[in-house]
Amino acid sequence: MLRHVAGKLGGAVAGVAAVVVLGFFLFRMIPGDPTVTMTRGRQVDEAQIAELRALHGYDRPIVEQFGKYVGGLLRGDMGTSLFYRRTVAELIGERVGPTLLLVGTSTLIAVTLGLWLGIRGAWRRDSLFDRTSTGVALLGWAMPAFWLGMLLSMVTGDLFPSGGMRFSSTPPGFWPQALDVAHHMVLPSLTLIAVVYAQYQLVMRSSLLEEMNADYLTTARAKGLRDDQVRRRHAVPNALLPTVTLVFLHIGLVVTGAITVETVYSWPGLGLLTYEALAGPDLPLLQGTFVVLAGSVIVMNVLADLLYQVLDPRVRAS
Amino acid sequence: MTSIVWQRRRAAVSSTWREFTRNRGGLVGLVVLGVVVVLALLAPLVTDATGLDVTKAAGDRWQPPSGEYWFGTDHTGRSVLLLTWWGSRISLLIGLTATVLSVAIGTLVGVTAAHFGGWASAGLMWVTNFFLVLPSLVLAIALSTVLPRGIGTIVLAIGVTSWASSARLVRAQTLSVEARPFIERAKVLGGGHAHVIGRHVLPAVLPLVFVNTTLTVANAIVAEATLSFLGLGDPSMVSWGSMLRAANLHGAVSQRAWWFLLPPGLGVVVIVLAFTLVGRALETVLNPRLRGDR
Repeated sequence: MLRHVAGKLGGAVAGVAAVVVLGFFLFRMIPGDPTVTMTRGRQVDEAQIAELRALHGYDRPIVEQFGKYVGGLLRGDMGTSLFYRRTVAELIGERVGPTLLLVGTSTLIAVTLGLWLGIRGAWRRDSLFDRTSTGVALLGWAMPAFWLGMLLSMVTGDLFPSGGMRFSSTPPGFWPQALDVAHHMVLPSLTLIAVVYAQYQLVMRSSLLEEMNADYLTTARAKGLRDDQVRRRHAVPNALLPTVTLVFLHIGLVVTGAITVETVYSWPGLGLLTYEALAGPDLPLLQGTFVVLAGSVIVMNVLADLLYQVLDPRVRAS
Repeated sequence: MTSIVWQRRRAAVSSTWREFTRNRGGLVGLVVLGVVVVLALLAPLVTDATGLDVTKAAGDRWQPPSGEYWFGTDHTGRSVLLLTWWGSRISLLIGLTATVLSVAIGTLVGVTAAHFGGWASAGLMWVTNFFLVLPSLVLAIALSTVLPRGIGTIVLAIGVTSWASSARLVRAQTLSVEARPFIERAKVLGGGHAHVIGRHVLPAVLPLVFVNTTLTVANAIVAEATLSFLGLGDPSMVSWGSMLRAANLHGAVSQRAWWFLLPPGLGVVVIVLAFTLVGRALETVLNPRLRGDR
């Protein structure tokens, strides 16, 4: 067991290391160096390029640059944003909170909603409820998040604020501020939920359907348990296990949704920061958000893997 | 030998087709796809591409739907119907080519990992799992930022980031095929790697790959729309994603210009749903366990 955990943690370290390496070489992939990307489509002369190169250390040997980049990351230094003229770490630090709030709330609601719909649908397979809810889920899944976001904000009009996280006119103090943020978060989180809940529902549904004809359910019924108890105590816990892994495996999709939803609603999180970094392009900033977003998704997945060990008695025993 | 093989394959295809036509959702999806593809191909014959040029826009700005402009006009006075029609070409083109690239990489990695085994397989599977977990849009954004803007870049960015799930599927299927006795027989008779893979493994794996392809296209089309929406698409081309970007940047929401917002988004939804329906129907045909009449 301990060896298994150590193996998983080793895998996580290797995964994050791969993200770090990818983050470095990705932005140096094209012939020349990042200054080519940064100055694309602008009038610059040789001297300006040389200055830019020296400023960012691109004139140093690649090994030295890589060493400096990794050393910086270990100290929490991800360079300086070209556009904001502030350190990338500081900018990311400011934006993590809103993203965690938005993604966390939406995922929680989407998982609850998806699992509930999936269980109900599978238990009454091919009923009107099952067919309608599967259809609606597929429809939500087919929609680009940003499009749904724009539609929602057009349909609701002035009912909800269409951008940002709080009004500057809101009085200080915990409750007024919290209410203001919640008011701003309604549309972004609704959009995110609508786009991601389908996967949870469909996975839960098919994984419960797999269990439906299992012998232990017949036994449970033969014992005289009510239908509801058979479902809650026997079928659902078993079907939940594969679902849990998939929920975490799909966390990357939620991050993807967050990038466009934050862009549409100007929600001041990491997604909007990524979008802002595209405009320059602000390569140090983009590199920072890439490493942080990809790295945290990988860490989340390893955590899920470990959680799975705790949850599944079959794996725990072996 | 070959004639018997082909006879059997033809029989398999026709029975698959018969099974497929029993699935109403799949048929609807197929018909919708057929119509959309025909319309997209007809665009240059039926319509005039000069209407896409901002400098030659004939209408007024933000004009609601009317007899002259069925879907209204955009912020520069171009016909939204014309933009949507031409946009479907780019969305389909990128969606399909990116899928071909993604499925090709996935099949190559999956078959190699399963067939050769050992360290190469362990390494390939590690990379596959890494890409499976990595948020693909984040990587695709980084890729299309550093590479020059254009259709090729978008195709590459989507293809390179979305192959992992097909690789896993193909590997599992290859492993199960290679465990069967006829593979052992082929090897004993002196069949090399190329023979075993080309003659036995690939034909058995391809139906699954095909099903996977229809589901991947749906993802690729959404990915294209997303990248173009973020401004990473080819600036000289009209696609559904770039239309939605323009709608967002030029305030279609505050203008209440629903006619500019609905067509490109609905286009994506309809195509993605159609591909998903076809994919699910094919999945049901190939995997009898999913059929309703158990």
